[in-house]
Amino acid sequence: MKLKPVLAASAIALIAASVPAQEKSAADGIAEYRKMLEDGNPAELFEAKGEALWKRKRGPKNASMEACDLGKGPGVVKGAFVELPRWFADTNKVQDLESRLLTCMERLQGLDPKTVTDERFGRGEQANMEGLVAWISAESRGMKMNLPTSHPEEKRLYELGKRAFYFRGGTHDFSCASCHGEDGKRIRLQDLPNLTHNPGNGVGFAAWPAYRVSSGELWSMQRRLNDCFRQQRFPFPGYASEVTIALASFMGINAKGAESIAPSIKR
Amino acid sequence: MKTSITLACGAVLLAACASLPSPAELDQQAQAMMKASFRDQGIAKVDRIQQDLGQSACSSDKPPSDAVSKQVEKEAMATIQPPSDGRYLGDWKRGEALAQNGRGMTWTDASIETKANGGNCYNCHQIDKKEISFGTIGPSLWNYGKLRGVLNPDDPAAKPIVDYTWGKLWNSKAYSACSNMPRFGHAKLLDEGQLKDIMALLLDPKSPVNQ
Repeated sequence: MKLKPVLAASAIALIAASVPAQEKSAADGIAEYRKMLEDGNPAELFEAKGEALWKRKRGPKNASMEACDLGKGPGVVKGAFVELPRWFADTNKVQDLESRLLTCMERLQGLDPKTVTDERFGRGEQANMEGLVAWISAESRGMKMNLPTSHPEEKRLYELGKRAFYFRGGTHDFSCASCHGEDGKRIRLQDLPNLTHNPGNGVGFAAWPAYRVSSGELWSMQRRLNDCFRQQRFPFPGYASEVTIALASFMGINAKGAESIAPSIKR
Repeated sequence: MKTSITLACGAVLLAACASLPSPAELDQQAQAMMKASFRDQGIAKVDRIQQDLGQSACSSDKPPSDAVSKQVEKEAMATIQPPSDGRYLGDWKRGEALAQNGRGMTWTDASIETKANGGNCYNCHQIDKKEISFGTIGPSLWNYGKLRGVLNPDDPAAKPIVDYTWGKLWNSKAYSACSNMPRFGHAKLLDEGQLKDIMALLLDPKSPVNQ
């Protein structure tokens, strides 16, 4: 695991050396590097762990997650991911995949959601969550994002997410829109998807969760948003807090029709 | 208040709540959501989401009214402090290092002191053409001084450009209310000496930017 970033770095160096040092070639080199990575996406390891966790009896109630309703009925996993976040009658809340899994862990298995929400990313129950989101998202791989919008709460969360997306603050006056509000922009050489509309198949919302080569970890959408806010110089968003659900609703509904490639692989 | 209304909508009055809250109510709910969703972490405290006039005026997909924009720009202009010794240019080499440095002010950074911060310039701008890894959110700054005819930054003829560039770095909102650029001087992201070094990178005729 420790070797991965080193391997990645040398792969970049190889490509960088093999192409002329021009702007376009550098971007092409990165695209080539990403293509190479797709041949062996270590996210598969997380998917296998997640499937096992879904079926394993755990917690005070010694129950599996197999009766969990992700929106398409108890136990239906295929196709659920591309319709989240959505409104759930039993909680009367719009929930993303991770907040919904918290509900199922609590109700079915008797696990305290705090064991997830208060844990650091990549550790303990957070690491279990990474496996679950990897497997559940993989079960919808190749399907198109299609979040429901008929419930008033779904419409309301979209509107709140839109406001959060454009909310400027912090030491640097950044909002999500500072980087993700226009087409064709970059930070350094990193292309920035415009998340105010469908940015294309497997781009932006339709690419997460993802395996991060640089850290050797599986990043959920919650973690992706968390690190965006860190770079935005904002304070720390609570895990599964309302702003994260609202933003996921905004991005997910905007991405309607985009093919999901999650869990994808990122540098 | 808002929360209880929302709960009532969801639980009891579904039919009566088939339509959205008004835009003003949604604005209030969004403010409450922002307040409730974040916590302090390291140097990044929750007071960072208390918006000033410019931040709240530029928090929409639509620009603010002309009157509000003018007010934001006027207030920003009044914050600009010229260098204490009257000298605007430092060392372009240190300026290049600052332009390359994208660190500072996140919750994983240890200190809010200016010396812990970079300028983040290449994240958004092309500057020296030799650096191919540059962002495109801001305009290219290649040949910044040369294109503006700055042959000698001390020449009175160069003064308007020197003043503007200093002001833009100190508080970008003085010239454009909703500029994407941070307010490096006003927000205490960079100190006077660091700003002078970035000034030199942009305006010193010897800087690689102006070759």
